[in-house]
Amino acid sequence: MKSVRSMVLVSSDPISMERGAAQVYENLKSEIETLGLSEEISITMIGDVGRHDALPFVIVYPEATIYGPVKPENAQYLVEEHLYKGRVVHELQAAHKELTGKIAWVNARKGTLPAEQRIVLQRVGIIDPENIEEYIINDGYQSLGKVLSEMSPKDVIEEVKASGLRGRGGAGFPTGLKWGFVSGTPAKKKYVICNGDESEPGTFKDRLILEGDPHSIIEAMSIAAYAVGANEGFIYIRGEYLLAQERLKKAIKQAYDYGILGEKIFGTDFNFDIHVHSGAGAYICGEETALIESIEGKRGEPRARPPYPTSHGLWGKPTLVNNVETLANIPAILRNGGKWYRSFGTPSSPGTKVYTILGNVNVTGLIEVPMGITLREVIAIYAKGMKSDVSFKVAQTGGSSGSIIPASLQDTPMDFDSFQNAGVSLGSGALLICDENTCVLDLAKVLQNFFKKESCGKCNPCRIGNERAYQILENISQGTGTMQDLDDLAMISKNLFELSNCGLGQTAGSPIRDILNHYRAEVEAHIRLKVCPSGVCPMSGKRL
Amino acid sequence: MTSKNGKDRLIIKAVDSAIDHFGENREELIPILNHVNRTLGYLPSEALEEISNRLKSSRSQLFSVASFYHMLSTKPRGKHVIQFCESAPCHVVGGREVWQTLKETVNLEEDETSPDGKWSLITTSCLGLCGVGPVIVIDDDAYGNVTPEQIKDILAKYSD
Repeated sequence: MKSVRSMVLVSSDPISMERGAAQVYENLKSEIETLGLSEEISITMIGDVGRHDALPFVIVYPEATIYGPVKPENAQYLVEEHLYKGRVVHELQAAHKELTGKIAWVNARKGTLPAEQRIVLQRVGIIDPENIEEYIINDGYQSLGKVLSEMSPKDVIEEVKASGLRGRGGAGFPTGLKWGFVSGTPAKKKYVICNGDESEPGTFKDRLILEGDPHSIIEAMSIAAYAVGANEGFIYIRGEYLLAQERLKKAIKQAYDYGILGEKIFGTDFNFDIHVHSGAGAYICGEETALIESIEGKRGEPRARPPYPTSHGLWGKPTLVNNVETLANIPAILRNGGKWYRSFGTPSSPGTKVYTILGNVNVTGLIEVPMGITLREVIAIYAKGMKSDVSFKVAQTGGSSGSIIPASLQDTPMDFDSFQNAGVSLGSGALLICDENTCVLDLAKVLQNFFKKESCGKCNPCRIGNERAYQILENISQGTGTMQDLDDLAMISKNLFELSNCGLGQTAGSPIRDILNHYRAEVEAHIRLKVCPSGVCPMSGKRL
Repeated sequence: MTSKNGKDRLIIKAVDSAIDHFGENREELIPILNHVNRTLGYLPSEALEEISNRLKSSRSQLFSVASFYHMLSTKPRGKHVIQFCESAPCHVVGGREVWQTLKETVNLEEDETSPDGKWSLITTSCLGLCGVGPVIVIDDDAYGNVTPEQIKDILAKYSD
């Protein structure tokens, strides 16, 4: 890569594209050419920058000046002023107080914003995801080279075990252990699958990684394949993520061209091929056995377990399934060692976690911070407080399969074990923060509606339970609930947890369990007084 | 009669192009269905029939897959498909009001297609754009931070 005086980055997430980011890029580029600056200024389209308040963004390094929202017609002036004359165009700058995400990291280095710890997202928003050379220059494929030339598969698994990395898809299963299971199952053919069917409401971390740093997933899957003895991999990306699919396909093609995928990789006997498989819109396909069924071209209905995919997975062969965020940690762990990774986070949950901050707060967006941070810290430091100073009432973690967290738990460290001990779950990393104007019954109803629609219908507790629970919640919200309804809800929640076949059904009862545990008085007010204390529910008196 | 033949030809062409692209292989069924669905807007029964013959897979199996995934439709859809995100993150930041206005503006309920075939209104789970909720997606265009007042202007862009 040649050295340049300035680097111009244009955001290219779906919203930016819709608002003309491609034209902004073209105009900036042609203006730079017109002024004869092409040799000294590089311009690149980057992925989602983790901040969404003023899209599309144009970021100019080394000053890290952030412009947004930039319109195509601003390009000429911007180039003339900032890049030619060296004057910052204040009227086009994005508001400072609302900085978050990657840009927060840039600003943290300049000492104006709280720092994040970026491992998974270290390159997202900085490199051109469509250029393999930029990945390689930024330590890319270094770990794969090291692994293939210096380490045995057993060494790799030991290093991952030593790091204490736990699966980031929601369940928190130790990654090294899972790799060990697949590696320990003798078979001629094994598969590695990257689970990119990110569909938990409020979660878009995997989309950012796939769109912003696709090569990190290819590198991690290659390392995993070498460790467990697989030679074929699939990246399953949800059907709605078209940009992520395109980027991955491009990245895979480049990797083949550079000899990083295919046969005899880096001159060793290791062969590895990767295919991209698109989903077709089904939340349940994020469950690993449903995902495998879907790759096989069937309905995405979860299988009965055991046997687990680690021994009987894709086409009956031992299969390793890891989440995108889990995999994105792997190259850094192999590069720096498991011990280094343990220096972040808590003893039981080492490393960092990517959270998406949403809801009634001043700053929404995406952060990567060490495991063990508390909700209070997230709201105060990264979200810059509650919107309009209305007080915090309830948070909902990890998309629909997470938990409803009452304000009383806002000082519990967010790691797998602390949350489990408190009877709640971390889920996939979405933090939906709601203020006092939120009705918990209404929130539970929205979540239950989600499960009702996404249940695959294979087993009765889930198919019938979610439908019934939704009807009851609807009745209570119309002011026609009875006290008996609360006992029925408790029973449905228990049945869902104990009798469902897969993770979807088992977690589908948590919203109702959580509101009955923490907000029973508020729910009872809907029934006894026929009043919604937050003034949200319709209370029309109609019963389903 | 000619128009029926024309429709059949379109369907065969769509199936051919999908199978050329992904291979005549049962394992590629979902990508093939996705491709045909994108080309024709939905999966007509003639298309399922043709795919079933080509992949030597029973129609019932094909229908079970086609009816399972949200992105596949076995019913004709309107020229423009409006997807409204009804997940919690969009809901708590004003999604409820947007949904009301949207329904009233196109005069449709969930899962309905307008009689003139212009609009289909469907709800969807999270689209991963929660940072800018409430979100609606029309065809392939995503709109974020949508307010009820903007609905009319957004829909007006699809005047054809």
